[in-house]
Amino acid sequence: MTDTMAASSEPLIALRDVTTYFKTPRGLVRAVDGVSFSLERGKTLGIVGESGCGKSVLSKSIMGLLPKRNVVRGGSIKFEGREVGQAGANELRELWGNQMAMVFQDPMTALNPVMRVGNQITESLIHNLDVSKDFAQETALQLLTSVGIPEPSRRLRQYPFELSGGMRQRVMIAIALACGPKLLFADEPTTALDVTVQAQILDLLDAQQAERFMAMILVTHDLGVVAGRADDIMVMYAGQAVEKAPTRTLFAQMRHPYTEALLKSIPKLDQASHTRLDAIGGRPPDLVHPPTGCRFAPRCPYAQDRCLQEAPPLVSHDTPGHEFACWYPVGTPEGAEALAKNQAAGIAATVSGGN
Amino acid sequence: MSVSGAIAPNIQLGAKIKVEKEKRKRLGITGTISAVWLALIGLSALLAPWLPIPSPKQAYIDLVQPDGNAPFSTSGHVLGLDGGGHDMLAQTIHGARVSLQIAFGAVMFGMVVGGFLGLSAGFFKGKVDRFISTLFDIFLAVPALILAMSLVAFLSGSSAQSGFLSIERIMMLALGIVATPPLGRIARASTLTWSEREFVMAARAQGAKNFKIMFIEILPNVLPAMMSIALLSVGVVVVAEGGLSLLGVGVNFTDKPSWGNMIALYAQTDLQLHPWLVFTPIIAVFLTVLSLNNLGDIIRARFDAKETTL
Amino acid sequence: MAGTGTAHLREPGETLLRVENLVVEFPVGRSGLKVNAVTNISLDVREGETLGLVGESGCGKSTTGKAIMQLPAPTSGKVLFGEHDLAALKGEELRVMRPRLQMIFQDPISSLNPRRKVEDIIAEGLNIWNIGTEAERDAKVNELMEAVGLDPELQRGKRPHQFSGGQCQRISIARAVATDPKLIICDEPVSALDVSVQAQILNLLEDMKARYGLTLIFIAHDLAVVKNVSDRVVVMYLGKMCEVGGPDDLYANPRHPYTAALLSAIPVADPSVKPSERMTLGGEIPSPVSPPSGCRFRTRCPRAQERCASEEPQMQQIAEDHFVACHFPLNPGETLTNSTEAFTA
Repeated sequence: MTDTMAASSEPLIALRDVTTYFKTPRGLVRAVDGVSFSLERGKTLGIVGESGCGKSVLSKSIMGLLPKRNVVRGGSIKFEGREVGQAGANELRELWGNQMAMVFQDPMTALNPVMRVGNQITESLIHNLDVSKDFAQETALQLLTSVGIPEPSRRLRQYPFELSGGMRQRVMIAIALACGPKLLFADEPTTALDVTVQAQILDLLDAQQAERFMAMILVTHDLGVVAGRADDIMVMYAGQAVEKAPTRTLFAQMRHPYTEALLKSIPKLDQASHTRLDAIGGRPPDLVHPPTGCRFAPRCPYAQDRCLQEAPPLVSHDTPGHEFACWYPVGTPEGAEALAKNQAAGIAATVSGGN
Repeated sequence: MSVSGAIAPNIQLGAKIKVEKEKRKRLGITGTISAVWLALIGLSALLAPWLPIPSPKQAYIDLVQPDGNAPFSTSGHVLGLDGGGHDMLAQTIHGARVSLQIAFGAVMFGMVVGGFLGLSAGFFKGKVDRFISTLFDIFLAVPALILAMSLVAFLSGSSAQSGFLSIERIMMLALGIVATPPLGRIARASTLTWSEREFVMAARAQGAKNFKIMFIEILPNVLPAMMSIALLSVGVVVVAEGGLSLLGVGVNFTDKPSWGNMIALYAQTDLQLHPWLVFTPIIAVFLTVLSLNNLGDIIRARFDAKETTL
Repeated sequence: MAGTGTAHLREPGETLLRVENLVVEFPVGRSGLKVNAVTNISLDVREGETLGLVGESGCGKSTTGKAIMQLPAPTSGKVLFGEHDLAALKGEELRVMRPRLQMIFQDPISSLNPRRKVEDIIAEGLNIWNIGTEAERDAKVNELMEAVGLDPELQRGKRPHQFSGGQCQRISIARAVATDPKLIICDEPVSALDVSVQAQILNLLEDMKARYGLTLIFIAHDLAVVKNVSDRVVVMYLGKMCEVGGPDDLYANPRHPYTAALLSAIPVADPSVKPSERMTLGGEIPSPVSPPSGCRFRTRCPRAQERCASEEPQMQQIAEDHFVACHFPLNPGETLTNSTEAFTA
């Protein structure tokens, strides 16, 4: 989705109009509703959104980790040009580990508590790469060293509960890297960790990605986590991508009111104490009955009648590679006019504080 | 934080709750059948003396053939007669009276005593917990049937002179004591998890006393877990009561038929010749236990604490 | 970071709450070992002030908050609230003090009883202490619900599962304010919430503070959140205090190496700040069962020297309303570097 991407022959992974619906007693939950992106090797895509925006369901859809029952899937997911969106369990298992791997939010639940750390790493090596046990042991040791675990040979014999949260996440990363994946998914990899450890883990992921020339998808709720690390950012809201751009472009010319609101609502270190925060009023919509028009419209300070009736498409406008779905974008004359109109009409300017 | 912002989404929430409620109101086919069966068996047990059925002690000896073969169905005896010429329908209904009384009585006893002990153990922890848990362990270490037998023997021995306890009460008490440790342990385990919750700390911070925290805050959350075990226990107690009768310490069949002693007696004497005699009380127990569990599930689903995820 | 000492405390007459030399220890099973969760913490809060307690997990900030609430009581130390030492009170004497201090918890779901109606949850304190007539209590519940942005008419009779996380936290706030407390301890009140909801709750806390004349102790791991709400900030590490000061000066000129490291580790939503150029702290927080001697931060500190292992630094004033417990504090504007060569010699 950037110029460089266009230059490369073929993206590693390309999604087109991916949908994932869940059948529930309440009706069809449109958890992911038409998401497209592509990513090439060596690049990092940050997917940002709040809980319930569909970012985790999206990564599970790509990884084929969703249950079969009560799930309706659509669209196309191409991995190295090969369609995997509707692939069966066997086909996916082949991709797993070798081609793509995942780092989860909570390393404690993702690791098997009654299995030694070493075995958990060698298991996937032996299974996926069909190597000898000795070779797998040797590789595991190297992996632990490369993810920055002190005394790796001792750690190999330990159980997950004997490790700290940061160490466990390092082990998870080692397991994910074991078979040399081309694509690494990191789903909120540092949310459960302390800030100082978070920085270490993010640095580690960065370094490993560069070293192994992997593509990485970093899923997070924190714009700060992706700001310095992702090449491109996709902001999701209520199951859809609302804005997608190279990182610098996104921060320099934020166009979607939700992206702006998300950034504005975070307290910042350089703000004076007791600065009133620009909270987004209300809550994300119910995904069984999403709003007809733009899904953010009910909470949007820029919203006009058109937004409530007609869903804006995700298209690029002035800057190539910068796509957003909005009729009255931030930083454009139309947007300014819409905002002024709403403020004049006294419509609850939800973004500006709420009261 | 605008109030308008907070209210708007609630319209959707309201719709969602309505759907849930409608769904939960329905009992479903199995639920309805269970409810009907339980109402039927409960009412007929309650009203047995006034129902147009013969006394269970009435023997229609003339209808029994010399070889002890009784006709399965005779006019006026829908479920037939047993070898002694007793009307099976009357036996089953009067049996329900005894069995259900003992089963519910025993389980209630177990719920109250076990619930109280388990709640105390889980709430106060430390020494109280160690004492109560040890008590439970001691009782659980003895095989249930042997424990029940000795309790019945002990209780009937001590009440023989005074006549204070009828055999049903003795059975109720003995089986109730046997049912106490498992129910108590469930209560304890559940209390341990619930008392870790922050709302317990919040109640304490408000100045709530232990008694209030235990019974107002924790108990309602612990009850569902206990209920599911209690409903299962009803079936177990009915069968145990029969087992005790068979060993000669329970309710005597000739005094009062119960489902338990009917199963025990007929299984011994008539299983090959007249299997339906055994099957009648067995089916009654089976349907009752099934219905209780079924309704229990439905009730639990309705009252289960639902919690939002963030 | 030994942060022993009371140099940062203000005159006893000025403050609503004064905590002196608070120690909380937990036994580790029956091993005879103990977790030094909080060791010699002293802090105070003026009426109407918000005191921020910030640090990573395991620093003892939540334990400090709970010890102030006497849930459970601290191992030793004084908790002076008005003329009472809460830590010395027992049973009924302590219980009658309860309504004056309240707490808001991290997990909005866990802190509400799923089986009780919202109106009962909010009125709990009013009912326990029999405050007002039934009609007055009813009116108070309505008033509180409106104050926190809930609709009393529609939502009084509902149970917690019918609310979102943010709304549950609003209910918690209403419950805490019901008995007109002087002091509310907010233990990570927004860390379980989504960013947009987090801002709503932070704004609400400020509003409630103004409306009901509250004093807050705000405990959080997020430095930016703490700065936003606080009038004074205490930075904690492994059960000790590192640095105390007004937020604007403390964040602009962190003097303790740990504060500086913490500030530099926060991911900034600005792509021009390259994470690789920032200082990253190595290692992880040591076990509180056997904390390092001297300054507890020395094992991870790029400035640590021998003295840090042998002698525990005392809290000392370094600027106006700015105190630090470090033998080698940073100068204003000085940045921490990853290089430790200068000190290892």
